[in-house]
Amino acid sequence: MPQWLLNPWPWYVAGPLIGLTVPLLLILGNKAFGISSSLRHVCAAFVPAKIPFFQYDWKKEIWNLFFVFGVGVGGYLAAHFLSSGAAPVIDPRLTAELSTYGIQEAKGIVPADLFSWGSLLTTRGLILMIGGGFLVGFGTRYAGGCTSGHAIMGLSNLQWPSLVATICFMAGGFIMANLILPYLLTL
Amino acid sequence: MSVFENSERPYVSVPVDTDFEVRSTNAMCVNQSELDEPLYTKWKYSLAGILFGIILIKSEVISWYRIQEMFRLQSFHMYGVIGSAVATGMLSVFLIKKFQVRTIQGEPIKLEDKKFNKGQIYGGLLFGFGWAMTGACPGPLFAQIGSGALAVIVTLFSAIVGTWTYGLLRDRLPH
Repeated sequence: MPQWLLNPWPWYVAGPLIGLTVPLLLILGNKAFGISSSLRHVCAAFVPAKIPFFQYDWKKEIWNLFFVFGVGVGGYLAAHFLSSGAAPVIDPRLTAELSTYGIQEAKGIVPADLFSWGSLLTTRGLILMIGGGFLVGFGTRYAGGCTSGHAIMGLSNLQWPSLVATICFMAGGFIMANLILPYLLTL
Repeated sequence: MSVFENSERPYVSVPVDTDFEVRSTNAMCVNQSELDEPLYTKWKYSLAGILFGIILIKSEVISWYRIQEMFRLQSFHMYGVIGSAVATGMLSVFLIKKFQVRTIQGEPIKLEDKKFNKGQIYGGLLFGFGWAMTGACPGPLFAQIGSGALAVIVTLFSAIVGTWTYGLLRDRLPH
């Protein structure tokens, strides 16, 4: 396997490839790129509970579940067969800040000190995994899309509501990462 | 005379569905004609998903650390990825519209306009909070689990609960 394939890909390779997902899905079958709706389909399929928002023919949208299944398989393939195994290069300012919270040098894609089965027993791990996950699911559906549906698909189609949503995603992230997360990590 | 004046139930306004990621043909969803493909043909979307998942891992956009660097302005990487992805997507959509490209089944490609509602602000901010906490948007959650971070299954499950809770409270939330 050539080394450039095993190393992390630079943004100018990865970004355009991500962007090409938009025409790929449109040409494959008129599908608008958007991942968070898969969570809605799971609700509609398994726990609709007579809630009007989940009363629709989710089988017509099943392509989305096939897609996210593929994303998981792709994650497995890339991690096991296309990885050099080297630790990610992290900005020294971030490493220094994280070490003050007792988060050790990074190996994987998420810090094991925060995201692991064991960390579910810690206050901060519980808040980040359960609370953070809840906000991702609640917020994306409230906003009508996520990074893929609004930031990439919506902006590609020059939709100004998607620009509003994207700006709010970023604003929320800045507020959390700089003002709230430093406190959460000390818990 | 309004049709609602004599009805037994008072007329209640239902929020218009602004969730344009879903295109089923029913009352609360966007109606869009669509060929009914047999189930086995859906595997092509899994192949697209596999490619997308590999790109997510190799570009490190699923890394919690990259997301933290982005929101702390410590790295250009994420801005470069998202910016060039949007630029490529824009060019693609422009070309698809200009040359009236069709799908591989010959169907004309249609794109829905998104309508503004306040949910994009409130929901957007809430999702931003969750993004910075988990270091993942919905797509990366699946890729992280596939790559072996199995505890993220808990985060994904919680995201599904969050989506369900939104559906439950939807009529009472400002839109």
